[in-house]
Amino acid sequence: MKYVDEFRNGELAKNISANITREANPKRTFRLMEFCGGHTHAISRYGLADLLPPNVRMIHGPGCPVCVLPIGRVDQAIRLAREQGVILCTYADTVRVPASNNLSLMRAKASGADVRMIYSTQDALKIARDNPDREVVFLAIGFETTTPPTAVAVKQAAAEGLKNFSILCDHVLTPAAMHAILAVEGGVAIDGFVGPAHVSTVIGSKPYEPFADDYNKPVVIAGFEPLDVMQAILMLVRQINDGRAAVENEFIRAVTREGNVKAQELVAEVFELRETFEWRGLGSVPNSALKLRPPYAAFDAELKFAVDYVAVQDNKACECAAILRGQKRPQECKIFGTVCTPENPIGSCMVSSEGACAAHYSYGRFRESA
Amino acid sequence: MSTVKPNYARALDIKHGRVDMSHGSGGRAMAQLITELFASAFNNEYLAQGNDGALLPQAAGRLVMATDSHVVSPLFFAGGDIGCLSVHGTINDVAVMGAKPLYLSASFILEEGYPLADLKRIVESMAKASREAGVPIVTGDTKVVEQGKGDGVFITTTGVGVVRDGINLSGDLAQPGDKILLSGTIGDHGMAILSQREGLTFSAPIVSDTAALHGLVAAMLDSGVKLRVLRDPTRGGLATTLNEIAKQSGVGMMLQESAIAVNQPVEAACEFLGLDPLYVANEGKLIAICASEDAQRLLAVMRAHPLAGAASIIGEVLEDSHGFVQMTTKLGGRRVVDWLAGEQLPRIC
Repeated sequence: MKYVDEFRNGELAKNISANITREANPKRTFRLMEFCGGHTHAISRYGLADLLPPNVRMIHGPGCPVCVLPIGRVDQAIRLAREQGVILCTYADTVRVPASNNLSLMRAKASGADVRMIYSTQDALKIARDNPDREVVFLAIGFETTTPPTAVAVKQAAAEGLKNFSILCDHVLTPAAMHAILAVEGGVAIDGFVGPAHVSTVIGSKPYEPFADDYNKPVVIAGFEPLDVMQAILMLVRQINDGRAAVENEFIRAVTREGNVKAQELVAEVFELRETFEWRGLGSVPNSALKLRPPYAAFDAELKFAVDYVAVQDNKACECAAILRGQKRPQECKIFGTVCTPENPIGSCMVSSEGACAAHYSYGRFRESA
Repeated sequence: MSTVKPNYARALDIKHGRVDMSHGSGGRAMAQLITELFASAFNNEYLAQGNDGALLPQAAGRLVMATDSHVVSPLFFAGGDIGCLSVHGTINDVAVMGAKPLYLSASFILEEGYPLADLKRIVESMAKASREAGVPIVTGDTKVVEQGKGDGVFITTTGVGVVRDGINLSGDLAQPGDKILLSGTIGDHGMAILSQREGLTFSAPIVSDTAALHGLVAAMLDSGVKLRVLRDPTRGGLATTLNEIAKQSGVGMMLQESAIAVNQPVEAACEFLGLDPLYVANEGKLIAICASEDAQRLLAVMRAHPLAGAASIIGEVLEDSHGFVQMTTKLGGRRVVDWLAGEQLPRIC
């Protein structure tokens, strides 16, 4: 397939792999975090770990929107659907995120709640138009990639006077999460970042500059195709070898330094920063999420309905927090692959195929059996 | 002279009529629906017996029986409809047991209000598929549920076939060293359905691969190759079916991604929706496992058949107590091709 096969070429991958092996100083390790679930997925799906020398290790970061959604937030959505009788719309694998009382949106649906999986915010608007006598709530989740379409939907709803549409806003911000990971006392065991692909098309490469300048960590923004990831790893190895820390862009076919200014303006018009937001695995992170601005308050489901956020403790044995910070590997968690599996996820990292644990379980667990 | 015709019944209004509750009540309306719509289309000597069941001649060989319920939405899709699908699906389940399919039953659950014209199209498609396959529908049943309690039409078909002596196929017979063959491209049926459901259009439409495979199976059995396992990778796709076989046989597998063919529009649609074609349903493909030394001969037989022109050897069976199905990717790395967890859902970013 054009524009896809070029980035999945096995011969080129071998070349890059040989370069990485030749250039990665065998006297040291290279601990590289791919922030995005999309990268985690690519690494797992194409078996890229097999193309890296043993001293180059990938750490799966928190960039999976489903994985960082705390239990309390999913509970809110379930309560809306069950107690307020709304039509609750959301994206794809959000429906599987485990919530309190052994529930998930999918299980709530099975017990009678009206939960609908949609592909686009436009679908949610259509459901609202088609059901004027029902309240329709869109559980808006995701990083900067999915935020602009939510902004568009809210503006459209305002323009149309669509009174039965609102959003439960769980949009979060990538740079804030990277700060939270790096700002750990005593430092982190990460030598560099493979920077986000789709997120960066929106926010540009500029917001990552503090990580290079202040934390001295190289960042290479990379596309989601396997060759993108391999090339970015090579670029990181070279920066680390040189003792440099800069923001470099492998994904020049889609990412500029400034990003998509129009989308940024749209988001800024509709949303403002939340003072703090709880992330699953990272805890409360200041200025890390968005809420609707006052002029759009009528579309804020948290104001429209009585659904307060109640924080819920994660399962004690669950190591998602350490895994999301790159401090532990999935296989180092006691309940990985036993109590916690993709069929029955306990922690959030097991929910989405982008999650560090699910990716390792589904694609890589043969490595432990060998 | 009286103009009353003592046995007259107005013919079904196929063009404008709809299924109503009386069509399932056991009365005259039901009898009429069966006679005018089903019996006339399926028309064969066993159905014509008109009894509660079909009395069938003695069959030579061990009997195989398989059943399959069909609940597809949309009911009509590129490359087929629920009618032919319900015939192919059950014929294939019987065929991959190594059997020659002989008879089918068909059971319909109709939703009140469903247009008779559409029902007629479905029934005619079933009749055509059954005729082409040479497997008659010899008995059936019809029920009607209230509006809102069905999805138009549900069809359950059951098939009976016979296995001749010397043929012994089972999911637990795969042995380390065996080769795994696949009869063609994957994901066509599932993506035909999904792209239609999601309103995705491509320059080349995605067409379901729904087809009856018993002819192909017969050719493979007649070739003299000792087959160990045959299976059709329907729901859950190639990945799920291979995992089932690995578990049953207590073996592992190593696949070659480059040997697994995917039609380009299917690949594009999967990219677009964030799905993996390995987990997408097929309705006209089969997996065969045979001894390594027989693989090339079996491949030649398959490729000579019109339904398996793109057949390939996709991997081999390994000794592995964990039962992992693994794959060498096009990039040269390895991954597990795991069971599907829940439903395949698109990823978010």
